[in-house]
Amino acid sequence: MELVVFVIAAAMVIVGALGVILRPNPVHAALSLVLTLFGVAVHFVALEAHFLAAVQVIVYAGAIVVLFLFVIMLLGVDRTEDISIEPFKVQRPMALVVGVGVIGLVTAAVSSSRDAIGRGNGLEIPTVTGDNDSNVRQIARSVFGDYVVAFELTSVLLVVAVVGTVMLTRRIKTGKGES
Amino acid sequence: MVQYPSIDWLAISPLVILLGGTLLVLVVGALTKVWPRGLYAVSTAALSAAALVVEMVLWNRVGHEGPVSIINDALAIDRFTLFVWIGVTIATGLVSLSTADYLRREDLEGPETYTMYVCAAIGAMIMAASNDMVVLFLGLETLSIALYVLAASHRRRVDSQESGLKYFVLGGFASAFFLYGIALVYGAVGTTNIARAGQLLSQQVFVDGDDALLLAGVALLMVGLAFKVAAVPFHFWTPDVYQGAPTPSTSFMASVGKFAAFAAMLRVLTTALGARADDWRPVVWVLAVASVVVGSVLAVVQSDVKRMLAYSSIGHAGFILIGVEAAGHAGDQDGIPSSLLYLLLYSVLVIGTFTVVTLVTRSGDRASDIGSFRGLGKERPLLALAMTVFLLAQAGMPVTSGFIAKFSVIKAAADNESYAVAIIAMVASVVSAFLYLRIMISMWMSDAESGDEAREKVAVPWTAGVVVLASVVFTLVAGVFPGWLIDATRDALVVVR
Repeated sequence: MELVVFVIAAAMVIVGALGVILRPNPVHAALSLVLTLFGVAVHFVALEAHFLAAVQVIVYAGAIVVLFLFVIMLLGVDRTEDISIEPFKVQRPMALVVGVGVIGLVTAAVSSSRDAIGRGNGLEIPTVTGDNDSNVRQIARSVFGDYVVAFELTSVLLVVAVVGTVMLTRRIKTGKGES
Repeated sequence: MVQYPSIDWLAISPLVILLGGTLLVLVVGALTKVWPRGLYAVSTAALSAAALVVEMVLWNRVGHEGPVSIINDALAIDRFTLFVWIGVTIATGLVSLSTADYLRREDLEGPETYTMYVCAAIGAMIMAASNDMVVLFLGLETLSIALYVLAASHRRRVDSQESGLKYFVLGGFASAFFLYGIALVYGAVGTTNIARAGQLLSQQVFVDGDDALLLAGVALLMVGLAFKVAAVPFHFWTPDVYQGAPTPSTSFMASVGKFAAFAAMLRVLTTALGARADDWRPVVWVLAVASVVVGSVLAVVQSDVKRMLAYSSIGHAGFILIGVEAAGHAGDQDGIPSSLLYLLLYSVLVIGTFTVVTLVTRSGDRASDIGSFRGLGKERPLLALAMTVFLLAQAGMPVTSGFIAKFSVIKAAADNESYAVAIIAMVASVVSAFLYLRIMISMWMSDAESGDEAREKVAVPWTAGVVVLASVVFTLVAGVFPGWLIDATRDALVVVR
């Protein structure tokens, strides 16, 4: 049963990810992303991380993708990019070789040392209790306890993002400089 | 009941002062009319000065009480951290001052650029202090995203927009590598805490290829960090971004950006992966040699001064990597101090250099070809003299800080019997001297050409003048009396473990 769920969810993730990079229409690409994010949410459920699964669906599959669609619509869906022009001829075959090589190496590394993962080291897997709220409670403990610095830093990151967006998109005065 | 961690407010007060202060300037600045000339810059510099005072107090406290790791071991407050904090704060103050009249000249006046500087500086300080990979990654992103925005912040120059986009795409890619590296190292070690990972790895015995996961993680971490420090072969973004970005932002990238990335690299490699030094040291060796050689050789053939300085910064990154390589030898006491010393001295130098370049590029920030420096010796002899000092120092001339910097890393390499890298670095240093000479010849000895009279005169506002003067004084003082700085970097060897 677990394996079946895993295979289906993994297939959703991979098909969605391929769709994001292969669909010529940006709206379809954004919608493929929903499939990927939903597949990840299924994985979270399988791992009994129900809270994360809900957040994944609500925030990522919901809000973020809608935001992407907004941006795509604002910029114009019908604009196409001609990507057949290639300044460096060797670039694409090389990218393919290097990409496959990196994937191969990382896969080989993970599979050859899979026994070592989490063995006799600092990894502490919290026990899952039958309590339905345990997930939320554990996340709250992590966020406001162990990772409070990271949590607060995220707010600095958001400030940078907001100020940066305003800086780069605000209309510029037509003053002495030419535009 | 959630166990709230205890918070050492004094230790994080430099960050709090900088963040609170800059947000105050931003909000008040947004609600009021344009402030009088240079006031945004001066208030940002004042914030940096306030943070600097607290950092000095902390430096003393750590001296008495020893290094501590605070807030559930998320941040490490030791003299290594504080040295980088002091360097980053000084650099932020100097760059803010050198930006003041630039923004006015380019008609981009406003408080946002300074907010970006300060937020980037906070990211840099977090990177240096982080004792946890998650925190390190967030610091890296805060720094990087602010730098992308700064690179693209000149709205009237297409080059600036282009450089921002290039930096963003490539930088995002590098961050992804770094994040994957963190994930794999976590998988292998079972913790994201840097000091704890170091303890575990020093006890753990790997058998039969069990460490492949760890090694793959280390390799990906190295890719991410090497991109941020602009080491060959991850340097391709540097010339385009340095050339296209507004010149003060370039000086910020070259100083604060490098400082933070190297601090993170040193902490991750020596504290977390110190037990695996034999695995990463050869990689750093190759990066160092490639950066010194490629940086020096390609710098010579450029015709644009900002591109030249970009390649020269790649070469300087190579020199600092020599110090990092030295830190990977067992029982080494010179690697970390020499790298930190190089970073501090180079940051001040590069800020001084780019401040002069900012003035010479004139309105529109476009005149950065080497011909723009023609006749500067006659028009602005003092400015040309200051530039000469900076260039000689970058070339490694004795009596300047550049000599002390290069001498200390090469000495660290030689003490660890890495003679090959020391010799290659010295040869490359001679090659790169040619580039600095070319700019000097253009300033002092080139004859005027027709049309030179029509060029805009180079104006030297007082804020930029202060930065140039301070940098020259520091370059010469540190070159003649380096003892106190070397002692300070030695104190940085005691870190949280």
